[in-house]
Amino acid sequence: MHASVRPALTVKIPPIATSPAARETSAALSMRMTISKVNFFYGSKQTLFDISMGIATNKVTSLIGPSGCGKSTLLRTLNRMYEIVRGARLEGEILLDGQNILTQDVTSYRRRVGMVFQRPNPFPKSIFDNVAYGLRINGSKAPISEAVEKSLRHAALWDEVKDHLHKSAYELSGGQQQRLCIARALAVEPEVLLLDEPCSALDPISTAKIEELLVQLKDLCTIVTVTHNMQQAARISDFTAFLLTGQLIEFSPTPQLFTTPGDPRTEAYITGRFG
Amino acid sequence: MLAMTGVCAFVAVSVLFLILGYLVYHGGTSINWNFFTKLPTPVGETGGGMANAIVGSGKLLLLATLIGVPIGFFGAIYLAEFSGATTAFVVRYAADLLNGVPSIVIGIFAFILVVHPFKHFSTLAGGFALGLMMIPITLRSTEEFLRGVPNALREAAMALGASKWKTIASVIVPAAYRGILTAILLAFARVAGETAPLLFTALGNRFWSPGWNQPTAALPEMIYRYAISPYDDWNRQAWAAGLVLLVLILVINIVARAILSRGIAVPRS
Repeated sequence: MHASVRPALTVKIPPIATSPAARETSAALSMRMTISKVNFFYGSKQTLFDISMGIATNKVTSLIGPSGCGKSTLLRTLNRMYEIVRGARLEGEILLDGQNILTQDVTSYRRRVGMVFQRPNPFPKSIFDNVAYGLRINGSKAPISEAVEKSLRHAALWDEVKDHLHKSAYELSGGQQQRLCIARALAVEPEVLLLDEPCSALDPISTAKIEELLVQLKDLCTIVTVTHNMQQAARISDFTAFLLTGQLIEFSPTPQLFTTPGDPRTEAYITGRFG
Repeated sequence: MLAMTGVCAFVAVSVLFLILGYLVYHGGTSINWNFFTKLPTPVGETGGGMANAIVGSGKLLLLATLIGVPIGFFGAIYLAEFSGATTAFVVRYAADLLNGVPSIVIGIFAFILVVHPFKHFSTLAGGFALGLMMIPITLRSTEEFLRGVPNALREAAMALGASKWKTIASVIVPAAYRGILTAILLAFARVAGETAPLLFTALGNRFWSPGWNQPTAALPEMIYRYAISPYDDWNRQAWAAGLVLLVLILVINIVARAILSRGIAVPRS
């Protein structure tokens, strides 16, 4: 099955940024990752259709859309986590720093692209060992305790945990656990950090902390986040991509997407008419 | 009706305490230092002990653990982490059937496979028979505990660049290790009391068994021989051996449960 024969959507629009202004902005930016003509299949079921977009260096890019639109799938193509699912298949090309990610050794590639999941998933180990995990398995020569402290500081968790680094990670609150997972991902100094609805299991205060953190972290790495929360995308991201039924409907600088959407479906979604 | 169900529940619990009380009553007086340090005395002489059977049981169980635990453990890793649903179903089913094979049949199997070619009853053959019995118990429960580790932890490790094997060794097994240890201990306790597989493998021995290729005494086998003997002194010692064996198994069970309950609860998702 191909995009052109799908009957569901009748309006044909160019897949990437619709306005000339948007194109200009994105041309001036350096792109950390480039996604071109990506089609994605689970077995025979196609879930992404001809997606092309760029991920700007040291910016926050949000993927929004209703449940099942393929935003999480798209995120999981970026660190090749889809490969652990049997029968998953990707067509197209994804570049990181100009190199095709699909031809690289998967384990060393994943060290360059960190991921934080929907629910906090610390290991049943101490706080310290959680953050040190990535360094240890990679046989890092760097002094581990300094790297752990640095990562915990970056994740704005250091002051809360510095006196009990050797306690179980499960003694932390949900919000703290999620920041621990961010610290764990940051410890290996990834170029890109992917976050799959990182706040959906958290209370508003923890959510605010993490949003604030993400905006600070973009100096450190390039951030891609999936969210079903439009306000969150509007608050934290520089660019927003709107996906619907596996297609990229619109991809623009965030203010533009939320104020003057170029596609009627985007407008319908952001004004709450569906999704 | 309520009273009847209550009585049934009471009976279920009281059996254990009746057995324990009976063993203490009959065997408690025969347990002394000699029981643990002396060899059996010749027929007609009173006294003596079961030192050779205690050591023999130790050797048999060591061998059984060396055979049963690695096969059960690594087999479980394959089932839980690598195999497809069909393979896992077939292996699991076969393991359950193996678990249900009468232990005397396991003994005959070990007799044909080990005793016959070596032309010797031996510790080796007895340990082999007990090891076969440990495989399915270790495999099934280890697999259960590995499957209990949430997928989120596998994803977290792999997203950090851990290979599949690294993920298993550094996250999955450590997260499940208390459960796995419990499973191994319970398998151990289960075969520690087995008599039938030893009858024509380890055979029994009234003296020390110097190596691995000679017949050896074992506690359950000794209980069998002493209990059916016509001598009062032997009967008393059989009670004592029964008590020692039961206490050993109870202690292992209690330790296993304590290990399991002290574990960090990994959230299930």
